[in-house]
Amino acid sequence: MEKKANNVLIGINDLKKSFGDQKVLDGINLELHDNENLVVLGKSGSGKSVLIKCIVSLLKHDEGSIKVGEYELTDINEEDLIEVRKKIGFLFQSAALYDSMTVRENLTFALSRLKEGFSEEEMNNKIVEALENVGMPDSIDKMPSELSGGMKKRIGLARTLVVNPDIILYDEPTTGLDPVTSHEISNLINDTKGKFKNSSIIITHDINCVKTVADRIAMIKDGKVYKVGSLEAFINDDDSYIQSFFK
Amino acid sequence: MPDKLHNQEESSLNLNSFLTLIKDKSNSFFIDVANVIEYLQTVLRNLFTKTFEFQEFLKQCYQIGNKSVGLISITGIIVGLVLTIQSRPALVEFGAVAMLPGMVAISIIREMGPVITALICAGKIGSSMGAELGSMRVTEQIDAMEVSNTNPINFLIIPRVLAATVMIPILTLYADAIGIFGSWLGINLKDNVSLDLFINQAFAQVEFIDVFPAVIKTFFFGAVIGLVGCYKGYNAGRGTESVGIAANSAVVTASLLLIIVDLIAVQITDLF
Ligand SMILES: Nc1ncnc2c1ncn2[C@@H]1O[C@H](COP(=O)(O)OP(=O)(O)OP(=O)(O)O)[C@@H](O)[C@H]1O
Ligand SMILES: [Mg+2]
Repeated sequence: MEKKANNVLIGINDLKKSFGDQKVLDGINLELHDNENLVVLGKSGSGKSVLIKCIVSLLKHDEGSIKVGEYELTDINEEDLIEVRKKIGFLFQSAALYDSMTVRENLTFALSRLKEGFSEEEMNNKIVEALENVGMPDSIDKMPSELSGGMKKRIGLARTLVVNPDIILYDEPTTGLDPVTSHEISNLINDTKGKFKNSSIIITHDINCVKTVADRIAMIKDGKVYKVGSLEAFINDDDSYIQSFFK
Repeated sequence: MPDKLHNQEESSLNLNSFLTLIKDKSNSFFIDVANVIEYLQTVLRNLFTKTFEFQEFLKQCYQIGNKSVGLISITGIIVGLVLTIQSRPALVEFGAVAMLPGMVAISIIREMGPVITALICAGKIGSSMGAELGSMRVTEQIDAMEVSNTNPINFLIIPRVLAATVMIPILTLYADAIGIFGSWLGINLKDNVSLDLFINQAFAQVEFIDVFPAVIKTFFFGAVIGLVGCYKGYNAGRGTESVGIAANSAVVTASLLLIIVDLIAVQITDLF
């Protein structure tokens, strides 16, 4: 795909999703542009994780449309879905490391199944580099059960970034990390964008992270997009609901 | 007497709620069975259309064997021993002690070996599949696989179901052998029979029709254990408590289903 400024990578139109009687998303409209970091804000339980799970079709949306590149996700066939998922990296809120595999195997699994044609040595170099980027080169042969929550989070991040996807969906990348590491991770998100020209949706409650990474912000409230705009627009907004996030 | 009346009312209430409980339980069992059959269709469709994860299959075979072989050895030997000790007095009465090895061997090969192995494996393998897959579901590992372009049915479920289908028959043959050895020990508590002679006596009476259906049904037992364990774990709910529920109901449903499959197998064998 040719990359132009403001090219729309993901287009979400009137997206609705309920679980039983509970309406979680009730008409979301949102776009992710080329080479931008879009931060999604919203209260706990507002459906942020559900939204990005719909984008990789882990959850099927009820109504509306999601377009990723040229693919429309409603009724997508299996081959096309594979293409979509190859483009998108996903960092789970819970890190979701495979318990039965070492850190190295976790990264190898992602790399070998999403990218073809790497030699053993190339894979190894990429894995070591990805672990160095998140500050965890020594954990390569550890099992996930030997790692702390924050360490797991960073390995999860390494597993997402090692594949170098065009689009990255981060679900709370800095939650549970100390301020120093949080800051490093925020910078890593920016560096990745600068170096590989990819685009990201970042869900976070960490205002320092928002200030570091955000090109644009979308706030979700009651299943709808409450406001979209730049960081300045949000900080200067008088609305008390918005202000309560920036205090 | 008002007190007695009250008591009667209460007991009929209890009976009613007991009946409702049974109805609910059996309902949910049949729903489970229907779902497991539907799940089997998905598994079969994936088995024939997608690449086979041979490495995972071998790993699962090893784990199933490794986890249950100790328990099966102990149970097998005790079952053989106990069967022999218990049957002996009756046979002595009819002056047919020479039939003892053959009789015990037949009951072990036809019924005790397969059923006991299957029930032990339902407890050991079924529950661990339910718990392992359940916790992978709860901690989003299955979702992570899916976004890493890996079909979880192919990578997780098919290797487990096939490994159980292959390993339960092997473990059963092993349990049979151990059980027959236990029977020899049991006989030697009272008599002095060499192992050679014992085995000759035992297998003189065992026929093809004793062995063949018993082996065939163990494949079905294996499939039931693998399928139910995987189904329960794969479809676990969202909270941590779902992991325990998945493991527990995997054992209960699999055990019940095993007994039913056994009943059907015995009926079919009886036709010949
Ligand atoms: N698979 C599911 N089945 C049923 N309900 C679900 C499911 N996934 C999410 N929900 C419900 O949808 C709502 C939104 O959940 P979601 O995880 O998207 O919140 P969130 O905005 O990410 O919150 P947080 O900031 O705490 O992570 C919650 O009420 C949750 O219980
Ligand atoms: Mg969330």
